[in-house]
Amino acid sequence: MANSALFDYLLRLGDDRLVLGHRLSEWCGHGPILEEDIALANISLDLIGEASLLLKLAASVEGKGRDEDVLAYFRDAIEFRNALLVELPKGDFGFTIVRQFLFSVFSLLLMDALQKSRNTELSGIAAKAVKESRYHVRHSAQWVVTLGAGTDESHARVQGALNDLWRYTGELFAADDVDRAVEASGDGVDPSTLEAAWRAQVLPVLERAGLQVPSAGYMQRGGRDGRHTEHLGHMLSEMQILARSHPGASW
Amino acid sequence: MVTRATPSREELLAILDEVKDPEVPAVSVVELGIVRDVAATQVGVEVTITPTYSGCPAMREIESDIREALAAHGLGPVEIRVVYSPAWTTDWIGPAARAKLEAYGIAPPGVAERDELVSLERRARRVRCPFCKSSDTERKSEFGSTACKSIWFCRSCRQPFEEFKAI
Repeated sequence: MANSALFDYLLRLGDDRLVLGHRLSEWCGHGPILEEDIALANISLDLIGEASLLLKLAASVEGKGRDEDVLAYFRDAIEFRNALLVELPKGDFGFTIVRQFLFSVFSLLLMDALQKSRNTELSGIAAKAVKESRYHVRHSAQWVVTLGAGTDESHARVQGALNDLWRYTGELFAADDVDRAVEASGDGVDPSTLEAAWRAQVLPVLERAGLQVPSAGYMQRGGRDGRHTEHLGHMLSEMQILARSHPGASW
Repeated sequence: MVTRATPSREELLAILDEVKDPEVPAVSVVELGIVRDVAATQVGVEVTITPTYSGCPAMREIESDIREALAAHGLGPVEIRVVYSPAWTTDWIGPAARAKLEAYGIAPPGVAERDELVSLERRARRVRCPFCKSSDTERKSEFGSTACKSIWFCRSCRQPFEEFKAI
């Protein structure tokens, strides 16, 4: 049981970053300005790099001879364990930025806490991710303020994005048996313990940006159990087609 | 095969110091702190390396460059171990390598962050233009042509340049 919980937990960590990294990579060549095109590609690279390390560790914990590439490219949507937040289509630049901000603060707090994992490989991956996440938080927070306090058009777009995205944030902190098992064993962190710190960081930035926080309502969830939106399957079909058409190919 | 004396750690490091970073060829993988350790073993050589960024795309090339450099000195087989802890920091880059970076046209990194975990503002930092040495410069983006660099502009000589960003 212990190993199976840790495997599921690592899949969640890896899949969040793989799926969001892929969504961000869709901006490559389409950024609003050159610097942002480069920045989003850089952040995407960090996330996919983190995903690669986490899925590699997941595969070794599972011990069934799979590796990180098999986990990334040869699982179907129903086997993915990412939160719904990260699989939504990239939307406009405002939508992408608001999602990056909401996720990056969560990721920074989580990775900071995971530095104390008793699993030394996971704590090492987390220590690297903390350094990268600090850049991600700063980048997205600055844009949230710039766009929120910018023109009527930019304000309306990020407010709309926040309204759409807020109902997906609850899943980040929803703990289940997997989370409680890894918290108890000292391998992982129960995400519900991070929610207060997340709000303490996120709300002041939204306020500075002049954005209204949507009222607490129904929170969407299901991704951690493999129940996804229709969008993930479409994304995976594009992400996985090369590996599946040419299994074992190398270049 | 000719039997030869077991090379010392210093000799091995000197060989690895010939391996340049593929994306910043002004400095070696030893100077950047990517090589954490090297030792001759009973069967060959074991090299311990750590990535700069989780997704650094140069790691595979660095591994093959390390194997080639050691093979060129008749050493091998080479076992490469990748470690993630302690996490790589630009604080490991020494003064000599920093001077090489600047001469190559990349501003060397400042001190890595030690302040609060979530900081929304970048601490103000004066970065000297590697070309004209003016400090009248501004940051254009924290993300540059590779994961390890940020983009700056020198208002004095009107040149864009890159900084090796502190991490």
